Amino acid sequence: MENRVTFKGWLLPLLLVLPQILISAIFFFYPAGQAIWQSLFIPDPFGLSSQFVGLGNFEFLFSDQYYRTSFLTTAIFSTLVTLTSMVPALFLAVIADRLIKGAGVYRTLLIWPYAVAPAIAGVLWLFMFNTRVGVVSWYLGQLGYDWNHVLNEAEAMGLVVVASAWGRISYNFLFFYAALQAVPRSVIEAAAIDGAHFWRRFFTIVLPLLSPTTFFLLVVNVVYAFFETFGVIHTITSGGPQQTTTILVYKVFSDGFVGQDLGSSAAQSVILLVVVGALTIIQFKFIEKRVHY
Amino acid sequence: MRKSIASALLAGAISCLPLSAYAQIEVQFWHAFTGRLGELVAEQVETFNSSQGAYKVVASHKGNYSETLNAGIAAFRAKEQPHVLMVFEVGTATMMSAKGAIKPVYQVMSEAGATFDPNAYIGSVKGYYTSTNGDMLSLPFNSSTPVLWVNKDALKAAGVDPDTDLSTWQNVGEVLDKLKASGGKCPLTTAWQSWIHLENFSSYHNIPFASKDNGFAGLDTELTFNSPTHVKHVQTMGDWAKDGKFIYAGRRNEGGANFRAGECALFTESSAGYAGIKAEAKFDFSVKPLPYWEGAEGAPQNTIIGGASLWVMEGHEAEEYKGVAQFLNFLSSTDIQAKWHQDTGYLPITIAAGEKTKADGFYESNPGTDIAVTQMMTKEPTANSKGLRLGSFDQIRGIIDEELEAVWSGDKTAQVALDSAVERGNKLLRRFEQANK
Repeated sequence: MENRVTFKGWLLPLLLVLPQILISAIFFFYPAGQAIWQSLFIPDPFGLSSQFVGLGNFEFLFSDQYYRTSFLTTAIFSTLVTLTSMVPALFLAVIADRLIKGAGVYRTLLIWPYAVAPAIAGVLWLFMFNTRVGVVSWYLGQLGYDWNHVLNEAEAMGLVVVASAWGRISYNFLFFYAALQAVPRSVIEAAAIDGAHFWRRFFTIVLPLLSPTTFFLLVVNVVYAFFETFGVIHTITSGGPQQTTTILVYKVFSDGFVGQDLGSSAAQSVILLVVVGALTIIQFKFIEKRVHY
Repeated sequence: MRKSIASALLAGAISCLPLSAYAQIEVQFWHAFTGRLGELVAEQVETFNSSQGAYKVVASHKGNYSETLNAGIAAFRAKEQPHVLMVFEVGTATMMSAKGAIKPVYQVMSEAGATFDPNAYIGSVKGYYTSTNGDMLSLPFNSSTPVLWVNKDALKAAGVDPDTDLSTWQNVGEVLDKLKASGGKCPLTTAWQSWIHLENFSSYHNIPFASKDNGFAGLDTELTFNSPTHVKHVQTMGDWAKDGKFIYAGRRNEGGANFRAGECALFTESSAGYAGIKAEAKFDFSVKPLPYWEGAEGAPQNTIIGGASLWVMEGHEAEEYKGVAQFLNFLSSTDIQAKWHQDTGYLPITIAAGEKTKADGFYESNPGTDIAVTQMMTKEPTANSKGLRLGSFDQIRGIIDEELEAVWSGDKTAQVALDSAVERGNKLLRRFEQANK
């Protein structure tokens, strides 16, 4: 039986949702509308004149083979970032959940990286892997491995993925840890008495019970990988070598803010909006069915 | 409460009004310099401010070159633009096309009644910022040109005469063989690959980088840096990269760290690398002219500049522009320019500043510092070596970087990569043409 609170009249409910509607309108609908409008023009950088080109900007983008490739790059990058930030986070949370002594210290240390801004995280990782002064690349050199993410595509991709995922592990850890605490002990104890060992209990009981959290994190991390990682990419690779780390949002940034091509940049943000919208719908439609609340 | 707000407003109004009547007129100057260069700019501004009482220049650092240009553009859109904006040479075409946003320097000078002689400036510096009908649009500020930096100790260690002739790429190739054979890990590296190995390469070999006089004669220009001479050079560099003779360090001047640490023997970099190399290098180094391919017709011509110029923005009061004119004249004055040239390794932008530096005996006590000047000035610039004026040039450089990386990693041949860069770059040029009709 559903237990719903109903309001009498419409003024109060409207008033209650008004702040949210206002925020969405100001920070989402208005800029999104602007982007759609701007994507139909080729303006000059100073806003002195602009040419209406209809869907010309989109045509220009999709006729560019490098732009089309950037979709694939983005797919690879987002998948890797999502996996790299969620799997270790879950693992660490499971271990932290079993800790009895020093759990607080452990937890705090794990949460710290989240406080580091993406661009700064990028610089940190860049220093460690700098081909000349990097600590890690030096050790790799001692082992006979010549680290060079400036020209090696796989290394460049690996580096930006790790740098982007690193801070997110903390964020994901927090959610997984909280969710683990909420798993009823009695169920686990019952399974233990029945003879199920730790990993069996984990896969058959804990993981399914964590599915709402996992699903939430999946959506949030994909959105993160799509939108918030350009700082890392800008500081570490600037999209190179060649175009191996040029993801869609980095191209929006560099075409708009470096190249001053605002028409193309606006069209790209519209495309990105559509892609992420579609992705979220797919996630809710197909994956959410498998989530047990 | 009401009263206090009203009185606060009144006080604010009063404090604003008379100020403009008797206080100094402020001139906003946005620049892109940090570190040592930032200090030197601050010093110039301070000298100007204390030299007269009518105007006060307020200098603000707005990030790197791209960020400063963006800050200027955003400010113009918000009608908060500074009087003077520093724009790197790559943004020249963008600024020139922004009619209504910029006020050409020659116009600022003539309206302010200031003395201004465009012929006082070095031809190849001036040419970059001058319109086809000879009007100077922005004031050259910091200009440099690429040269070859040599680690003499590294050459000696490889059994090569440290003063050997490195004026041609043929000779450089032979030296690279010896360096590699003796176990050198980094015989050659470079900074700013597009600027040095394609843009300056073109002007130095007197071949066009783009049609329509490198873009000076019209927006309908097309890139032409896939000629046989260009391909030969890039392919040779690619082969050197494959053999470990040329080490690619990054798109900007990352290679500088390798050279200054003594790891690389040869380094093609801006003459403005001087300050850093002098401060950090713990080895005997020398400066040589940029090499050219012997046998290439017309080489060596002259190299072109990199760096920035100062643009005056539209939308301020006439009396403020008088201050701007005075400040710009101050910056180009001989003493200020000579000091700037000697402190930084940037070129002296006026002929007089170069002569003063010579008379001061600076070139004798700092051998090689005059090479950049000679390299730019021995020959009168041609249509191919006056400079470049291409829209969306920052992005085109990005494309060139990508394609060159494909050559260095062996993914593409020079011909394929340069053809692709030309084709992709031309698309951007057409877009720029459309946006600035």
